[in-house]
Amino acid sequence: MPQPVYIVDGARTPFLKARGKPGPFTPVDLAVQCGRPLLMRQPFAPDAIDEVILGCVNVIADEMNPARVATLRLNMSDETPAFTVQINCGSGMQSIDTAFRYVQDGSRDLVLAGGAESLSHSPMVLKNDAVEWLGKFNTSKSFWDKLSTATALKPGYLVPEIGLERGLTDPIVELNMGQTAEVLAQMFDISREEADRYAMESHHRLARAQEEGWLGTEVMPSFDRDGKVYEADDGVRPDSSMESLAKLKPAFERPFGKVTAGNSSQITDGASWVILASEKAVEEHGLTPKAKIVDCAWGALDPSIMGLGPVVSSAKLMRRNEIALSDIDLWELNEAFAAQVIACLRAFEDETVCKDVLGLEGPLGHIDRDRLNIDGGAISLGHPVGTSGNRIVLHLANALERTGGRRGIATECIGGGQGGAMLIERVM
Amino acid sequence: MGHMLDALSPRLLETGPVDLAAAPSGTNFRRGRDAEGVEWLLLDMPGRSVNVVDQSMLEELDGILGELERNPPKALVIRSVKPSGFIVGADIKMFDGLKSAGEVEEALGKAHAVVDRLEKLSFPTAAIIHGNCLGGGLEIALACKRRIAVGKAKLGFPEVMLGLHPGLGGTYRSTALIDPTEAMTMMLTGKTKSARAAKRLGLVDVAIEERHVAAAVSALAKGELKSAASDGLMDKALATGPGRRFAGERMRSKVAERARREHYPAPYALIELWQEHGGDRKAMQAGEIRSFASLLVTDTARNLIRVFFLREKLKGEGAGKSGIRHVHVVGAGTMGGEIAAWCAKSGMTATLQDVATAPIGKAVKSAARMLEKVLKDRIAIRNALDRLIPDPNGYGAAKADLIIEAVPERLDLKKKIYAGLEERMKPGAILATNTSSIPLEDLRDGLKDPARFVGIHFFNPVSRMQLVEVVRHDGLSEETLKTTLAFVTDIDRLPAPVKSSPGFLVNRVLTPYLLEAMLLLDEGVEPEMIDEAAEEFGMPMGPVELMDNVGLDVGLAVADELRGRLSTPIPEAPAWLKEKVEKGELGRKTGKGLYTYGKDGKPEKKRHEGTIQRADLTDRLVLPLLNTSVAALRENVVRDEDILDGAMIFGTGFAPFRGGPIHYARGRGVAEIVKRLEELAEKYGERFAPDAGWADLRQEERAAA
Repeated sequence: MPQPVYIVDGARTPFLKARGKPGPFTPVDLAVQCGRPLLMRQPFAPDAIDEVILGCVNVIADEMNPARVATLRLNMSDETPAFTVQINCGSGMQSIDTAFRYVQDGSRDLVLAGGAESLSHSPMVLKNDAVEWLGKFNTSKSFWDKLSTATALKPGYLVPEIGLERGLTDPIVELNMGQTAEVLAQMFDISREEADRYAMESHHRLARAQEEGWLGTEVMPSFDRDGKVYEADDGVRPDSSMESLAKLKPAFERPFGKVTAGNSSQITDGASWVILASEKAVEEHGLTPKAKIVDCAWGALDPSIMGLGPVVSSAKLMRRNEIALSDIDLWELNEAFAAQVIACLRAFEDETVCKDVLGLEGPLGHIDRDRLNIDGGAISLGHPVGTSGNRIVLHLANALERTGGRRGIATECIGGGQGGAMLIERVM
Repeated sequence: MGHMLDALSPRLLETGPVDLAAAPSGTNFRRGRDAEGVEWLLLDMPGRSVNVVDQSMLEELDGILGELERNPPKALVIRSVKPSGFIVGADIKMFDGLKSAGEVEEALGKAHAVVDRLEKLSFPTAAIIHGNCLGGGLEIALACKRRIAVGKAKLGFPEVMLGLHPGLGGTYRSTALIDPTEAMTMMLTGKTKSARAAKRLGLVDVAIEERHVAAAVSALAKGELKSAASDGLMDKALATGPGRRFAGERMRSKVAERARREHYPAPYALIELWQEHGGDRKAMQAGEIRSFASLLVTDTARNLIRVFFLREKLKGEGAGKSGIRHVHVVGAGTMGGEIAAWCAKSGMTATLQDVATAPIGKAVKSAARMLEKVLKDRIAIRNALDRLIPDPNGYGAAKADLIIEAVPERLDLKKKIYAGLEERMKPGAILATNTSSIPLEDLRDGLKDPARFVGIHFFNPVSRMQLVEVVRHDGLSEETLKTTLAFVTDIDRLPAPVKSSPGFLVNRVLTPYLLEAMLLLDEGVEPEMIDEAAEEFGMPMGPVELMDNVGLDVGLAVADELRGRLSTPIPEAPAWLKEKVEKGELGRKTGKGLYTYGKDGKPEKKRHEGTIQRADLTDRLVLPLLNTSVAALRENVVRDEDILDGAMIFGTGFAPFRGGPIHYARGRGVAEIVKRLEELAEKYGERFAPDAGWADLRQEERAAA
């Protein structure tokens, strides 16, 4: 008999825009920054937590298995198992899903599930040719061998690549993530103006949420060693306008592309945690559930149109739980690219997609913009890849609480051609 | 932490053939001979948490050495089984009751004979050293043929801190084994060496982890454990008299920068000993015994030994376990931030709350700098910073075992904060204030549970000031007091229990001294001359510079706060001092105060003219301090004069070699001091009038005589 699973609390760091050099925090630093206040405000001691699961894509060399490193640095019990999950942009949601299954099967009562990513710390890597040369040089035995290898060194070998750039290029279809959004823009006839308008709204919505204090318990200030305090997501541009966005050149496909730096998600550092609890833990520690996790579904499709991941995964989720679009009060659909979000919305209304691909009787229907990403998203906040899936679930739970909505779906597209979707219900 | 490690940790100590689980022998040593024929000599002195060198230990060792001479093992290893380390030094009480240098020499001669006997054994010997290996402990290790340092071993000669130098063969064995300048530096500074540094010097022959001790012992038995000591060029140069004279001169001038010969004779004696006899073992042994014995009976050594015991006494005030694991600090100003950082450094969780995030950020920054200096190790610094939790929302208040309030000195503000905290504190938690000026009786008024309210007064900077005043009030429970005192020792500070009275102890005693310096300035005496008089007396820093360090604003505020609330007089500060404060010339923190400060943060001092009124000058500074000390004693601000002396030494740096204000007063003679005070009162004003408390001291003096 599956046990009910509750989200009882959660917190994240401010999302900090990567500014061309390593930021103040590594992935685990970030997980510690928001994990400390989160644990501190719980009525239970940290050693009550049965398992720690953390999503992280760009693990740095000093922090192999960041989940375990974070667990120990958070001064939890050294007897608490911890592991890291990686499904690219879905990692932070995968950690919640895994935790959800564990609590549901009755084997755990309290699980800390999170995501952490420091894209500004992505490793610099050598070009493949250069690595090959280095390997050859290291294995050359005689002096003459070494000398002849040495002369084959090309100056370009010495220029490292940012690992992130390679990570954002699909290895199967050889398209950059931004290019996959260009593909969708054509398929769903999305204009540059539509994409820019969506991006502008994202900034305005986040700015309003910050101003109204709607992120109060969600965003915990972070403090670096130089005394600097980071209190809010710093990629937001409250004064973002159609004019300012229109000035930007296409970022991926010049000269005619529609995807710009302005209507794409930002490269950002950040971490987020949620605490999942069983009925037993809720009673034992006197916890107040925010939401109940109903289900989580994962879907996949061709990597060149990975941006439609939310469509395939959400459709699966809704069918499995026999709910219609109209039953969903709020959506958090991760804003990888404005064009990609709009493409998802159009796909839900698309006859061909819904009938021929999803096997439905007709289009799923229209998602009103008032129910979608109501406090902004990755375009204004940024997209620390391993963290975003966690943030959208946490924020959905908080947004349902604030708006009085009942059901919500958090969903994201995943580089490589996948999508994840989680259905939660506010606890009344 | 974890159960598994707890259960298995005891296996991490190599004890050869000796089963420690078997009932303790009741003797200092336990022994056994292993299958390879190695004799394991395990030191575990009963009833002590550390091993020391004392009479019983040496006698027992002597007996064992005799047996081993008759029945020689293949090799001998000596190690401690105390977790704290090898041997922390000689038991200072060993020389209690020895009045003359001659008696000391005789006792030392016997001890030397035992150590020489160890050195002369015909088979391989080694000391296995983990943890602290200090003073007499290192001297015993040096008498072994090899030294095996384990893990985080620390080796050193701290004797100089007690006004002594090594006296159990350390002076000649260390200078013969390693580069003599290195050995001399160790003995002159008292600084310890890590296992790795000791290996580099050749002071130990191998530095290994505990898990390889058995293998090292086996290598010793087979004669495969090589010596790390080597004769360098330096050794040859210093084997000559002129070489040593030259090097000794340089050492002497270095020592002179930090300690005056008339205050601290030991380092000078050590340099002379080496200059004269370096390289001649027999002469140096005789010289060491003679020099040590003559130092031991000096006032300096006796007083510094007294300071050692005062420290132990203050530590004893905080005996037992506090059980405090989490401290919540409210107020992230300089003091609040430092308190939280120090608690985190000491292994506690420390949440730091403030209404604004910026001061918390500043506190994290200063904490990082302090931890880099104190802990050095990258991982240890990170872990301490992880434990220092910025807490603008005050979540920690509900979870802390101890809450320390360190907000600005406003009664209404503090009371408002207490009301909020009392709602949220967990049952049994202690609420403390770091106030230095508000009476605790006013603060505890209206609290739900005054029994769990206490004062914990830290000094700035917390990382360097060892003293902490623990302030009582009439509603405080014994249990809270005991836990608080234990907490202070848990964080490696020294607690002095004091009564809630204006200025508590340290500020009260220091204020008349500082203000007298201000009056002297007012009279036109040069600041440099005032400071020199105090430094000549033995203060680490003169009162003018100290006032600049404290901050003229703070010093003035404390004086104003105390004036009128005490039975003892506090002179009025000169008007120009107030003007300086108004102008923002507050002292070192603003770059200008009584002195002007250079970029290096040091005061620009001129050479002063003449030596007029020198006798009055020193007494005018020091006697008000003594007079107030006696008043504080009379009013029972502290329980006894040892606590007072200890508090003034560890809280203000009061000349340690003088043994504390009251000890100094007694040494100089109560009658003589009262007479001087009366003279000064006549000459300079009523503020010098002897306190009524001197009569009590005089009575005791008579009773003792």
